[in-house]
Amino acid sequence: MKAYLINRTLLVFLTLFGMSIVIFILLRLAPGNIVDILFDSAGYVDPAEKKVLEAELGLDKPVYVQYGAWMAELLSGNLGKSYRLEIPAGEVIRPRIPVSLELALLAFFFSIILGIPPGVISAVRQDTAMDYTLRVISLSGLSMPAFWLGLLIILAFVYNTDLSPIYINAPTTFGGHVLLFGVPAFVVGFRSSALLMRLTRSSMLEVMRQDYIRTAKSKGLAEQVVNYRHALKNAILPVVTLLGIEAAFLMGGLVVTESVFNIPGVARFLVQAILWRDYPIVQNLVMFIAIIVVVVNFLTDLTYTWLDPRLQLTGKL
Amino acid sequence: MTETGALGEQIHSQSLWHTLGIEQAWEFCKRKPLGAIGAFIMIVMVVLALLADFVTAIDPVTTNADKTLQAPNSVYWMGTDYLGRDIYSRIIFGTRISLTVGILATLFGGLSGLAIGLVSGYMLGWMDLVVQRFMDVFQALPRLVLALVMSAALGPSIQNVVIAIAVPLIPIIARVVRSSTLAVRELPFVEAARAAGMAEWRIALIHVLPNTLAPFIVLVTAQLGAAILVEASLSFLGLGVPEPHPSWGRMLSESAAEYAQQAPWLVIFPGLAISAAVFGTNLLGDALRDELDPRLKQ
Repeated sequence: MKAYLINRTLLVFLTLFGMSIVIFILLRLAPGNIVDILFDSAGYVDPAEKKVLEAELGLDKPVYVQYGAWMAELLSGNLGKSYRLEIPAGEVIRPRIPVSLELALLAFFFSIILGIPPGVISAVRQDTAMDYTLRVISLSGLSMPAFWLGLLIILAFVYNTDLSPIYINAPTTFGGHVLLFGVPAFVVGFRSSALLMRLTRSSMLEVMRQDYIRTAKSKGLAEQVVNYRHALKNAILPVVTLLGIEAAFLMGGLVVTESVFNIPGVARFLVQAILWRDYPIVQNLVMFIAIIVVVVNFLTDLTYTWLDPRLQLTGKL
Repeated sequence: MTETGALGEQIHSQSLWHTLGIEQAWEFCKRKPLGAIGAFIMIVMVVLALLADFVTAIDPVTTNADKTLQAPNSVYWMGTDYLGRDIYSRIIFGTRISLTVGILATLFGGLSGLAIGLVSGYMLGWMDLVVQRFMDVFQALPRLVLALVMSAALGPSIQNVVIAIAVPLIPIIARVVRSSTLAVRELPFVEAARAAGMAEWRIALIHVLPNTLAPFIVLVTAQLGAAILVEASLSFLGLGVPEPHPSWGRMLSESAAEYAQQAPWLVIFPGLAISAAVFGTNLLGDALRDELDPRLKQ
């Protein structure tokens, strides 16, 4: 177990190191450096002034020195400066973190509520009308783009009520929170619940065909007891592994949903920074997202090995 | 005589249906009605994309200042947008763009992933280790975020959108192909081929590769829908297919937010088109998975 932990931890750092190099190279492939872009919008280019700015930003130094400087900055917790807004990036990002976090947790809650119980019901009632209906609903969740579902819900609100779930000011009341966070979280959660529902269903089906389930049934146990006490316990294990993937999926959903509902979160800021070509911000935000995804995956793996004792015996550790 | 003649004819007609694949297709439709619906949706979309010039009467990019934000009527079946462009034509031509980008990206990402997964799983050793670590890196970001950054870095063009969608797909495919390669390479017939003195690369291509194709095809079908969705999201966020090509995702962003309340058809139709395409590939992908995965058979 100890060797496994050390191994996995090293892998986390290796992956993040690789990601930092990929993102660093990618953003330098972009046509024109930041100075060009800044001067571009000014319309007038003075070569001497340009040189000064390039030196100030360290762009005249070799690439590996630039990379080192960025890493040093990151490790010291400094998120750099937004060129567009001309204030430290940390000041822009920090207030946005709780907004995205609240949205992500709520969306996660929705995806579990809308994913796992229908998956179990669908498996227990395999090939009935109920099964088909639940599967089609979940598949349509997977097929509808989150931004379209969001727009439709906004339209429905606007036509039928005087409420609008579009974020303009921070909510002050509990009802406001429910409206401004609950609706977008439902959109993101519904989409990712489809993955959970499908995995729960197939995992449940697989477990329900095993011998011990037949034994339990022939002992005369009630159908409900067999399904929910015996089968579900084992079927839920593979679903846990999906939670890591789910985290990445949720964040992808936040990117578009925050844009649709105008929510001042981290993901929306990333899109804005990309559109403004504010690359120092982009590279820091991307690293931030990568850290979350990799760490969540790491924790998921640990949880899984802890939950499934068979993995510890097979020498996989 | 007449009896054998009729029988002979019957056998003949059966084998004709059989060789045309229609019999198998019909069997598939009966076994997997949902999959058949998915296949039907995809066929209709491909036909519309190919015949776009013949099924539309109005040019999709021409603006018309007198006819802005028209509600659906007999001339403009799905209404017009804020520049007076015909929504129906834009959706049909958008089918062409979305399917082309989706299919090319899936093929490019899928085949690269197939090659990488096969080599990595067959050769093992340090090569496998290095490849796997690379795949880890590319999976450390949500697909849409990686595609966004790549699309921004490469600049706006259809070709770059294809690359931006394809690259995040590679590790997903490579992982699955690698694990099926790992299972196949230990089977007795591979050992027999090796004992017979067959070259390693031939074993990999002739014996191992065909046995990894079933899960590969299932995954690629399912990923086509995801690719179409990523393209729509990129275009929605302003980093996808550039003007003047009509794109479903951009149709939803460019005017929808401002005009949605007075012209809900701007929101409804492009979204329906995206959902139908993705729904179709998902249904088909699901049915194929059930067909080809022996564990799911009762």
